[in-house]
Amino acid sequence: MKTARVAHAGAIHTAHPHAQGLQLADGRVLAEDQVVWLPPFDVGTIIALGLNYADHVRELSKELTITSQDEPLVFLKTPGSVIGHRGQTRRPAGVAFMHYECELAVVIGRPAHRVSRDEALQHVAGYTVCNDYAIRDHLENWYRPNLRVKNRDGGTVLGPWFVDAADVPDPQALALRTLVNGQIVQQGHTSHMIHDVASLIEYLSAFMTLQPGDVILTGTPDGTVNVDVGDEVACEIDGIGRLVNTLVGDELFGIQP
Amino acid sequence: MLVKTVPGLPLLPVTPWTLSGQVVGVLMNDPQALAALGEAVHAAPYKAPPVAPVLYVKPRNTLAAPQPPVVLPRGIEALEVGAALGLVIGRTACRVPEARALAHVAALVPVADLSVPHTRFYRPSVRFKALDGSCRIGPAVPLAGIDPDALDITVAVDGVPVQAASTARFQRHAARLLADVTAFMTLQPGDVLLTGVPFGAPIVSAGQTARIAIVGVGALELSFEREAP
Repeated sequence: MKTARVAHAGAIHTAHPHAQGLQLADGRVLAEDQVVWLPPFDVGTIIALGLNYADHVRELSKELTITSQDEPLVFLKTPGSVIGHRGQTRRPAGVAFMHYECELAVVIGRPAHRVSRDEALQHVAGYTVCNDYAIRDHLENWYRPNLRVKNRDGGTVLGPWFVDAADVPDPQALALRTLVNGQIVQQGHTSHMIHDVASLIEYLSAFMTLQPGDVILTGTPDGTVNVDVGDEVACEIDGIGRLVNTLVGDELFGIQP
Repeated sequence: MLVKTVPGLPLLPVTPWTLSGQVVGVLMNDPQALAALGEAVHAAPYKAPPVAPVLYVKPRNTLAAPQPPVVLPRGIEALEVGAALGLVIGRTACRVPEARALAHVAALVPVADLSVPHTRFYRPSVRFKALDGSCRIGPAVPLAGIDPDALDITVAVDGVPVQAASTARFQRHAARLLADVTAFMTLQPGDVLLTGVPFGAPIVSAGQTARIAIVGVGALELSFEREAP
C-alpha cells in the first residue's frame, strides 16, 4: 500500500493513489496540485550515506582520502531540513554548485538494536524517495559533509508516497533517475549500492538503536549536476514514486542581494 | 516539527515547556582546540582552518536524563566527557540577526556530550558521537538575567576537579553562533544548540563518576558502567 500525508481544506489527511491524483481517507478525490504534500511519515533521525554507489565514489575521488572498503560514510541530518513533494527549496544567490541527490529512503518500523544483516529487513516499515540536496561551495574539511552543505532548510525532500515494505520485496532491485526540467541527468540502480540496505541496518544498529520513523538515505549514483533557480527537479525510483521539487530564489524570502 | 519529545528529558520552566528532541553542537569553538592541532590545520586533509561553525548532530537515540548510568558498550573502553552549555530555543529562529539572536533563547541547560575519543576531525565516524544515551541533558533554567558568554564550566572526575573553563573564551559567542547557524537552518522552539566543549575534556572509563557544573545554570552527575556481558 502507498500512503501520503497531505494538507487540504484546513486539515491534514492520509491519502492513497488515485487515477485522478489522490484520494483522501475521507473519500475526496483531488489532483496532485490541489493539496500540500507533507513528508509521508513522522520523521525521526535522518541517517545519510555520503558515498554508497561505486560510480559516485569515482566521481568524487579527487576529494577523498578514503576508499569504499572503509566503514560506510554516514552523516546525520535533522528533521528541520525536511520538505515534502511539490515543495520549493531556496537556492541562495552567489553559489556555483547546488545539486540534487536522488536516493532510496528506508524507513525503520521496528526498533533495531544490534540486528544481523539476515534479520535487518524485518525492521523496515517502508520506503520513499529522497532528494538530498547539497551546496558544494560550502564544503569544508571539518566533520564533513558540514551541515551548511547538507542540512539547509528544504534540503531533505521526502515523498510523495510511503510504500509499505511488503510491496518492495527487494530494495536492491530498483532503478532510479533524476530529471531536471524533463531531461534525464542522473541514472542508477540500487543493485550498485556498495553497502546494501540490510548491511546498513546491521552497521548502524550495532552502535545506535534505530527507532520507528528513523530513515536511512542510502546514497546516490553519479550524475549530480548544478541546478538553478526555476529548475524543476524530479527524482524517480521505479515502484516507489516520483518526487518533485522546484528551486526558488532569495527574493521570495525577502533576502536582499 | 515532526520530532516527538524524548521521555526522561527535563521540562522547561518557560515556554515551550518541552525540548523538541533536536540537538546540534559546535566543535572547535574553543580556540585552544584549533591551536592544539598546530600546523596540521593547514595541511591535508583539513587544508585550512574552519570558516563556518563546525556543527554536528546529537540524534534522538543519544538523548537521556543524567541519572541512569552511562553504559560503555562492548569494545568501548573510554568516553570523552564534553561539558557544554545548551541554548534552548524559545522562538522560531530563521536567519536571525546577531543583535536580536538571544531574544530567541528561552532557557539554558547543562549538557554532557559523551563521545568516543578521537583526534581527527575530517570525516570522523558517526558512531563517535551517536552512541545511545551519549547526550545527557540536565535541568533547565530560564535565560533571563544570565549572560551565556560569561559562564564558568567545571568538570570533576571521581570527585577530583580536572577541568575549569569558561564560555568567555569561545571564538563565537552565543549570539554570533545563533546568527551563523540560523542563516541556513531554522531552529524551532525546544531545539538545543550546544555552544561548544572546552578543550581538554576528560576521558573516563567504567567505574568512574563525573560531575559537570555550569555556574548559574546547573550540574550533572554521571556514573559510568561496563556493559553487562
